[in-house]
Amino acid sequence: MNAQNTQQYELNKNLAQMLKGGVIMDVTNPEQAKIAEAAGAVAVMALERVPSDIRKQGGVARMSDPGMIRGIQQAVSIPVMAKARIGHIAEARILEALKIDYIDESEVLTPADDLYHLNKWDFKVPFVCGARNLGEALRRIGEGAAMIRTKGEAGTGNVVEAVRHMRTMMSAVRRLSNMPAEERMAFAKDNGAPYDLVCWVAENGRLPVVNFAAGGIATPADAALMMQLGSEGVFVGSGIFKSANPERMARAIVKATAFYNDPDILAEVSEGLGEAMRGIEIEQIPPESRLADRGW
Amino acid sequence: MDPAVKHIGVLALQGSVAEHMAALERLPGVRAFEVRRTRELMEADALILPGGESTTIAKLLRIFDLFEPLCARIQGGMPVWGTCAGMILLARKIIGEPSHLRLMDITVRRNAFGRQSDSFAETVRVPAFGPGETPLVFIRAPWIESAGPEVEVLCTLHGHIVAARQQNMLVTSFHPELTDNLNVYRYFLRMAD
Repeated sequence: MNAQNTQQYELNKNLAQMLKGGVIMDVTNPEQAKIAEAAGAVAVMALERVPSDIRKQGGVARMSDPGMIRGIQQAVSIPVMAKARIGHIAEARILEALKIDYIDESEVLTPADDLYHLNKWDFKVPFVCGARNLGEALRRIGEGAAMIRTKGEAGTGNVVEAVRHMRTMMSAVRRLSNMPAEERMAFAKDNGAPYDLVCWVAENGRLPVVNFAAGGIATPADAALMMQLGSEGVFVGSGIFKSANPERMARAIVKATAFYNDPDILAEVSEGLGEAMRGIEIEQIPPESRLADRGW
Repeated sequence: MDPAVKHIGVLALQGSVAEHMAALERLPGVRAFEVRRTRELMEADALILPGGESTTIAKLLRIFDLFEPLCARIQGGMPVWGTCAGMILLARKIIGEPSHLRLMDITVRRNAFGRQSDSFAETVRVPAFGPGETPLVFIRAPWIESAGPEVEVLCTLHGHIVAARQQNMLVTSFHPELTDNLNVYRYFLRMAD
């Protein structure tokens, strides 16, 4: 990695720092992007189908049409993110050429490579990647991810997996910070994590990049829960535009994320939102359809 | 309360709050705290408006009834420093969209330097911020397109105004909270003397 790369990586991590305490919303067209921006989203994720539709309709889920992404870039002034398939170098290059602000190398799309993730150091554009545990997060950071999110189980409206992933990650960070130095290498080996990053986490007591929650967040209370568990912000996919009243749900989730520790405000914003997206029990999803297991 | 200690608030609705808090905690004679409510705002001797998304922060200011009290305190002379999004919040005019607090006589252009791939860092001498060099980090940064007669320009980079002051209001397009350098913090604390 050369000096210019290092500086770009710092800037890319910095952009994620500016998103902290905020909500990033999945949108499928410029109208939704405008609704998200007006509700106070810190960024939008441009994609053709929200995860719950991908789940329902099946088939191969790919990067979105560049024309649709451009339309969203023109519609809003907040950062625009988009998803590329795991390991799909060409999709990532296309998104970089579009000057997208962040690429999500995402398990929600059908993986293009069943062995390797992208070498994200090769790109100028920042990447966010999903993780279920600290080892996976550090592998992605080792590959150049400038931001991490929990995988959760996208498109389910069921927060249980995001909770599990966040708790697993935070608990490993806490364990590492209390671990004597001689135990770190074994931790790195057992968790498949780069040793230098294991040491960094042990010494600093946190991930070296911003960590958001994603995958199954459907209500303001879900967003607040994830913040209480140590998340630095949230991604909401199907939860907003699959609810009865997207505008109100979007605004309520933004407020709940900012004031996650204030039960009075949470009660107020949770009132009269209409129906949230219909959820799915994780046990009812056949193992081969579980998105969180994609990624290596 | 010890009168020698300065009580510096950081508006904590969204954005680079923890980074500003960490920088303030490195300075002697400062008690730093997060501001989310009017009563916290009233305790502040001076206030930092952090980086983040200006549209989001502006929305939350209104939703949580902080907008009017904040305006009143700044008009009452409380020193305030807006970094990036904070600068956009203070501006009288924002090109192409409605402005927010409208307190400082500047016109800003959002994302003026471009999208994330155009974000950059540079280290330059800014005499106002001290004799040494000050590292400047720009993230999808705005610049000041024009400034009124009462505005003192503190730093110009590549022909664009990126730091300025008007009485009790300081604005920077860049993010000192993302560096280890405390020059701009010291300048701001002197405004709070």
